[in-house]
Amino acid sequence: MLILEKNAMTEEIEKLVEKYGPERSSLLPILQDIQRDHKSIPDFAQQEVARLLDIHPVEVFSVISFYSFLNTEPKGKFIVRLCQTITCDIKGKERIAQAIERELGISFGETTKDNKYTLEFANCLGMCDQGPAMLINDMVYANLTPEKAVKILKGVK
Amino acid sequence: MDSRKDYRAPLSQQPLTIEKPTDLTAIGGTITVEINEKKVVVPLGTTILDACKMAGISIPTLCHHEDLCIAGVCRICVVEVEGMRTLQASCAFPITAPIKIKTSTSMVRKARRHIIDLMLSEHYGECYSCVRNGNCELQTLAKEYGVDNYTFGHVEKPRYEVDRSSYSVIRDMSKCILCKRCVRTCIDLQEVGVLESIGRGDATHISTFLEKPLSDVICINCGQCINRCPTAALRANDPSDEIWRAIDDPKKHVVIQTAPSPRAAICEEFGMEAGTSLTQELNTALKRIGFDKVFDTNFTADLTIIEEGTELVIRLYKALVGKDASVSLPQFTSCSPGWVKYLEHYYPEYLDNLSSAKSPQQMFGSLIKTFYAEKNGVDPADIVSVALMPCSAKKFECNRPEMVDSGYKDVDYGLTTREMAKMIKEAGINLPEMPKSHFDNPFGEASGAGLIFGATGGVMEAAIRTIVEFITGAKAEDVFANANVLDVRGFEGIKYMEIPLGDTFGPVPGLISHLVPNWDWLKGATLKVAVAHGTANAKKVMDDIKAGGKFSECHFIEFMACPGGCLGGGGQPIPTTPEIREKRAKAIYAEDESLELRKSHENPNVIKLYEEFLTEGPCSHLSHKLLHTHYLKRGKYII
Repeated sequence: MLILEKNAMTEEIEKLVEKYGPERSSLLPILQDIQRDHKSIPDFAQQEVARLLDIHPVEVFSVISFYSFLNTEPKGKFIVRLCQTITCDIKGKERIAQAIERELGISFGETTKDNKYTLEFANCLGMCDQGPAMLINDMVYANLTPEKAVKILKGVK
Repeated sequence: MDSRKDYRAPLSQQPLTIEKPTDLTAIGGTITVEINEKKVVVPLGTTILDACKMAGISIPTLCHHEDLCIAGVCRICVVEVEGMRTLQASCAFPITAPIKIKTSTSMVRKARRHIIDLMLSEHYGECYSCVRNGNCELQTLAKEYGVDNYTFGHVEKPRYEVDRSSYSVIRDMSKCILCKRCVRTCIDLQEVGVLESIGRGDATHISTFLEKPLSDVICINCGQCINRCPTAALRANDPSDEIWRAIDDPKKHVVIQTAPSPRAAICEEFGMEAGTSLTQELNTALKRIGFDKVFDTNFTADLTIIEEGTELVIRLYKALVGKDASVSLPQFTSCSPGWVKYLEHYYPEYLDNLSSAKSPQQMFGSLIKTFYAEKNGVDPADIVSVALMPCSAKKFECNRPEMVDSGYKDVDYGLTTREMAKMIKEAGINLPEMPKSHFDNPFGEASGAGLIFGATGGVMEAAIRTIVEFITGAKAEDVFANANVLDVRGFEGIKYMEIPLGDTFGPVPGLISHLVPNWDWLKGATLKVAVAHGTANAKKVMDDIKAGGKFSECHFIEFMACPGGCLGGGGQPIPTTPEIREKRAKAIYAEDESLELRKSHENPNVIKLYEEFLTEGPCSHLSHKLLHTHYLKRGKYII
């Protein structure tokens, strides 16, 4: 990270700490805001959050590693999370997965070369009555068929 | 805002400010519980585990440790509580009602057995080749609960790579059972914050920031985690094979220095009651193993007192008489390598306050390869210098690149108490039965002041004995009863003491007469000192100094990285509990009191060293070259 970037990051985190208060309990909202704005939480940001909340960097890292929606390494612009839990599995999640993989040319857990898509499995999205379901960033898509899934993927901007 | 400072410390770590009522029954503060149909009266809020202990019923524990906060994660201590649907973890269940507890029903036994089986299904360990073979809590439990096959399977291959990056601590996460004792030790007890659980579910493992190797993160090498690990997931970096090789090599002259704390603790490794000093037996054993010379680290502890004390006098003189604003006060002790590294990481702006004197181990190292080598006509290149220490951070310290002032690596190997015990056993020696023998000269004689370095407050007490005699000219025995400075003893986290110096001064002792002309500038002054042990307490003192509080007005502060000082060090026998620490301290103080020589500056060998070798006196050019060092501003950012 360049020093300028670091300074900007520090300033941003200082504002967030001011917004949520320098308590230990502000950790998650602060991390969520950083994740939303930067698509990942870089090492430096973790250490700055730790410094400002007076906790240890490893505690911040521990929290990030616990939550699937927080990540330390940057991912693609669109994070596709396909539900892998039992109902969606029965309703044909495997066929959807194959179709998406074929379409994007990557397998699950990977990011496309142009950094546009990241493929991941997710656990129950709560759409069991409308499975199979997937999540692209914050948007849920249900009642998927392989064709529909590919169409949705092509359509996201 | 203020309350936030103590926020991280779990309740069990915070001092109880309410006075405990002496008669609990009078205020209705007790409760009668039935444990296995036996009635027991316990104070309200006692955990089931403690109540069982009072009733003499043993309950197995794994994640529970007296020094740490309650976690309740391993579930091995489950018991049946009448009326409750599920089994309850006894370590985390405070008694608030007259409940009925059963500790050995078939449900409890089955659950415990299953818990052990589940742990074994993920614990990769070849017991034969394990350093904790025979002293492993998981192994003991498996035996106790009759584990005769792996009900849920067993891992065939190690799941993680062993992290050998650190000079002091080796991490083998394949043996980890996720009791999180190390996490609680590192974050709550020591406030260093290296280890945390990473990941979730079955991917959970204990790791460092960004899963970096231990040498790349802010680890101070105190080894407290090793001491609390129930298995061998954390262990010290053992150099005993290299030492054996040196002993077997006839060309090498192998010398060892022994610190005070291992002598008071090594008995525990041989099945004896904690708190039995085996100093002289150890000397014989070491000779029989094949060490050419056995020296006493207390000798350089005495030397440290002279050097550090002189440095303090110089600093005070410059600040008070010279009005030199650049002088940093209070002066911090630098004997504990864990503390030194902690300061380098967390408070690098205070490095000037740290005494430039080396720790006794390193002072000895440079003297052995210069003074001793010259005197005995040994080529320093052939000398292998070993240090028996209660400490894992000493392994890091002797590998610091700047510790080569003798022209060679000053101390070749740091050996912990546990590893020494292993070597003695390997040589077929039963330590308690050894005849007694003395240390070797020229560093054979040491004072009781050097000996008490092993307990928290010991460095300060030793320094006070010398400084008070130097300045007031009065005998330390006349100022403090029996020369025992009780105010700095004990296991209170932070201790504070004021010593009014009065108006009558003695002459300046010859040793430092070239540095200060007289003591008149100290008229009416009060010497303020403090003692902190455990880096969590050190942090409190440092934050107070930063905020300009009481401790910023101190003149001299002793810091020790480990709770209890060196006697509770990371290289000491496992387990180390508050009770055991107290016994070790008693042994050390008793040995001090049994000695004739109890003040550092009266040590004839130290006086002789200044007459023959360091002729320009303490803090002179040569002493700075050999006995002093410099520190590194490390900071706490990990790149």
